[in-house]
Amino acid sequence: MSDITSQSLFELTSNIKEKKLSSEEITKAFISRAEKSKKLNVYVTDNFEKAIDQSKKFDSNPNLDSKLPGIPIAVKDLFCTNGVRTTAGSKILNNFVPTYESTVTQNLWSQGAILLGKLNCDEFAMGSSNETSFFGNVQNPVGENLVPGGSSGGSSAAVAANLTPVTIGTDTGGSIRQPASFTGTVGLKPTYGSCSRYGIVAFASSLDQAGPMTKNVRDCSMLLEVISSFDQKDSTSIDYKRNYYSKELSKDIKGKKIGIPKEYRVDNMPDEIEQLWKNGISYAKDCGAEIIDISLPHTNYALPTYYIVAPAEASSNLARYDGVKYGFRSPGQNLIEMYEKTRSEGFGDEVKRRIMIGTYVLSSGYYDAYYLKAQKVRQLIKKDFDDAFSKVDAILTPSTPSSAFKIGEKTNDPVSMYLNDIFTVPINLAGLPGISIPAGKDKNNYPLGLQVIGKPFDEQNILNISYALEDKINFKNDISDWWLSE
Amino acid sequence: MSKNSEYLIERENKQYEVIIGLEVHAQVTSESKLFSQSSTKFGAEPNTQVSLVDAAFPGMLPVINEFCIEQAIKTGIGLKAKINKKSVFDRKNYFYADLPQGYQISQYKYPIVGEGKVILDMPNGQKEIGIERLHLEQDAGKSIHDIDPNNTLVDLNRSGVALMEIVSKPDLRSPDEVNVYIKKLRSIMRYLGTCDGNMQEGSLRADVNVSVRLKGETEFGTRCEIKNVNSIKFMQMAIISEANRQIDLLEEGKEIDQETRLFDTKRNETRSMRSKEDAHDYRYFPDPDLLPLEISQELIEKITSDIPELPDEKKKRFIDKFNLSPYEATILVSDIETSNFFEEVIKNSDVKLATNWITGELFAVLNEKNLEISQSPVSAKNLSKLINLIKDGTISGKIAKTVFEQMIDGDQDPLIIVKEKGLKQESDPKAIEELINKVIENNSDKVAEYKSGKDKLFGFFVGQAMKESKGKGNPQLINKILKEKLNG
Repeated sequence: MSDITSQSLFELTSNIKEKKLSSEEITKAFISRAEKSKKLNVYVTDNFEKAIDQSKKFDSNPNLDSKLPGIPIAVKDLFCTNGVRTTAGSKILNNFVPTYESTVTQNLWSQGAILLGKLNCDEFAMGSSNETSFFGNVQNPVGENLVPGGSSGGSSAAVAANLTPVTIGTDTGGSIRQPASFTGTVGLKPTYGSCSRYGIVAFASSLDQAGPMTKNVRDCSMLLEVISSFDQKDSTSIDYKRNYYSKELSKDIKGKKIGIPKEYRVDNMPDEIEQLWKNGISYAKDCGAEIIDISLPHTNYALPTYYIVAPAEASSNLARYDGVKYGFRSPGQNLIEMYEKTRSEGFGDEVKRRIMIGTYVLSSGYYDAYYLKAQKVRQLIKKDFDDAFSKVDAILTPSTPSSAFKIGEKTNDPVSMYLNDIFTVPINLAGLPGISIPAGKDKNNYPLGLQVIGKPFDEQNILNISYALEDKINFKNDISDWWLSE
Repeated sequence: MSKNSEYLIERENKQYEVIIGLEVHAQVTSESKLFSQSSTKFGAEPNTQVSLVDAAFPGMLPVINEFCIEQAIKTGIGLKAKINKKSVFDRKNYFYADLPQGYQISQYKYPIVGEGKVILDMPNGQKEIGIERLHLEQDAGKSIHDIDPNNTLVDLNRSGVALMEIVSKPDLRSPDEVNVYIKKLRSIMRYLGTCDGNMQEGSLRADVNVSVRLKGETEFGTRCEIKNVNSIKFMQMAIISEANRQIDLLEEGKEIDQETRLFDTKRNETRSMRSKEDAHDYRYFPDPDLLPLEISQELIEKITSDIPELPDEKKKRFIDKFNLSPYEATILVSDIETSNFFEEVIKNSDVKLATNWITGELFAVLNEKNLEISQSPVSAKNLSKLINLIKDGTISGKIAKTVFEQMIDGDQDPLIIVKEKGLKQESDPKAIEELINKVIENNSDKVAEYKSGKDKLFGFFVGQAMKESKGKGNPQLINKILKEKLNG
């Protein structure tokens, strides 16, 4: 048997079910590795003591019929966890301990999983490099001083570094898929309405979705099966029949029509990404898929549209952090001064930037030109996909226009940072499911990802295509454990 | 309306008309709040009816309370208004300590209810007031500034309670019309059970828009909005004071600034709260946590079929069926409790007498004791018994008043009072005749005077006979027999 922490979720689950491993052994293995991995800075808050207690409790009376039997899992610190501090990577929630549990994490615990701790992320999920976190940046296990992507950077790094078997992130404009791509891992953003948003600290309500982040496609299907559920506590949750994603997982994609959108060939795209895409196309052909050239004409407008819609919603969603009820408060002589000090000191620069953009685009006199126009363009982008999906079953694109960059490289250039999301953002605007799988490496040996985009509620199809491609690609993450301390 | 009923404010040969529009905030009668399951009960300990949603904890999401939607539709139907099959909840963004989300969920561009109307019964006839719209929104919490000298305290019990904002067209022209309008609106909602209309508990408040113009002018003047006035009396005072302030400005050749004002009840004047330039930019946008609200035709039909008889229809029925005057009918239907009381009384007794007794004696007692009809010291059952005693001649109307006064004390049964006190009317012609004979014998001089032409003395004989009967003689019989004896 290989080292515990390098096992997939599927392997760990099998080993528990076959009583080859106990939950306690597994939990302790991950904790012990975490303690030697502080340099990566993946944890904002650990739950190690309680996790060990819970693993013992599980072992004393194991329910082996559950889908995540005694499996320890760390989650992004955007999910509210009952009794465990939840910060959203922000000073303003530095000491916030929820008395309630998000639906998605509750789904994990209901299937036997155990909370290992809360993973670092960009502040309020605003960022593409995990550098906006109040708790400092995260190191990408792929290489020193490399960003792990964002906003679910702690999550991607933790999976890649074998610090959690799987994790869940959230994706508003690419926050699951981009970090997955940067770390050589798998990340899926489900259809909007698939996973409940109840108990997830909101960034942009019409775009936010939770999703699985894993080492491979099969684990991804197993985790999606657990977290996706209809929830009456979220009015945008959709009641539809979800698949048994892991049971129905199949490499047979013969005859599937896969679209290649010409608009995703952006200027200055590195040759290696172009090559990666070509390879993906030929693998898909090898699997018996039919490749069809398609057009998504409004792709160019996706990024500006996203940077209007998301900040607009964020500016309103973050108004509740005012120092009155919970979280950080900086005292003032009067209410206005308290607000100003609390929010100036409590939020970081990127969050403030987006609150200002959002406030601006919603202001009277600008609303029609920005917010309303963006909503119209959003409909056009959605229609592009609707049209495309009348011809194809799925769409294949690169996940990101580059591999992971150096820490600090883009912090002073927000636009260049935003450009990172160019391939992922349209999918959020259209509410579609998208998955990033590791598909190759660049000249520095840094991982690169391919994205498979599906029709609404067609997660099974993009999982199957990814499963088939994964087999052909046979990606091996080359991680040297450079950060480990004794 | 006839000319002499116009409300005009006079200034040196000039007459100004006052234009009023109301935005009434009516609390929806509902066990739980608009987007959460917390209780809406009034008067609970501060911050005991607050859910995580109401306090805007991270990751909490609003879930619409369908009952409140139905209540709004019901109210819309009661206002003869158009129900919009699609409406949208928007966020109205502003910071305040008692607004936990940092925004109020309201309806801006697409309200649930569109144009409707309310009919006012004014002394000179009916007047129709247009309704512009009705929309649903959350109430804020309450900031309390006068408990702690250094801090403002916040009570979130009210945070998230469902309100209907009912916006009238600028069709009101006088404080009297405002009075009748609010009472009518309240009456309709109480009939429907959609708002209890309790102004003391803040279930009904209004923002009052006032402008003035010279009589005959067709353009509206610049309006000012007086925020959050919570009684009809204060609304009327605020309107008079604000209209006069605006007229004074115009008379001085000054302009009126469009602004939001507050009414200072102690000084009986309005003062500026913020000008148009300082107006909040609320940055309304559709709430992405809530889908657009879609209402099916079936639901509208179902609610329509459950609508009870409303004041206007009830009034018509009372006039047609019971032959009441429009005035009597208006009074009796104005409050659902009153009309229910009335209908209970007339189940077993005479309509005309019941109308008179309820609008006369009973209302006098209620007024005097400052009671609602629901707290009436005399039950409908006992009042109808009393009326029957009058109707069948057991007691006279005069005796009935004595009996009624005793009934007030603990809702006593009039039959028992009459029996115990021996108040039963003497209606035996022989007994009456005997008693009249006695009066005639004892007053032979007066009889002579009467017979010589002093007709006025008839009243004297009635009085004497009544006195002789100790007040119990049947007045009709006394009259009849006296006439026979004296004129015969």
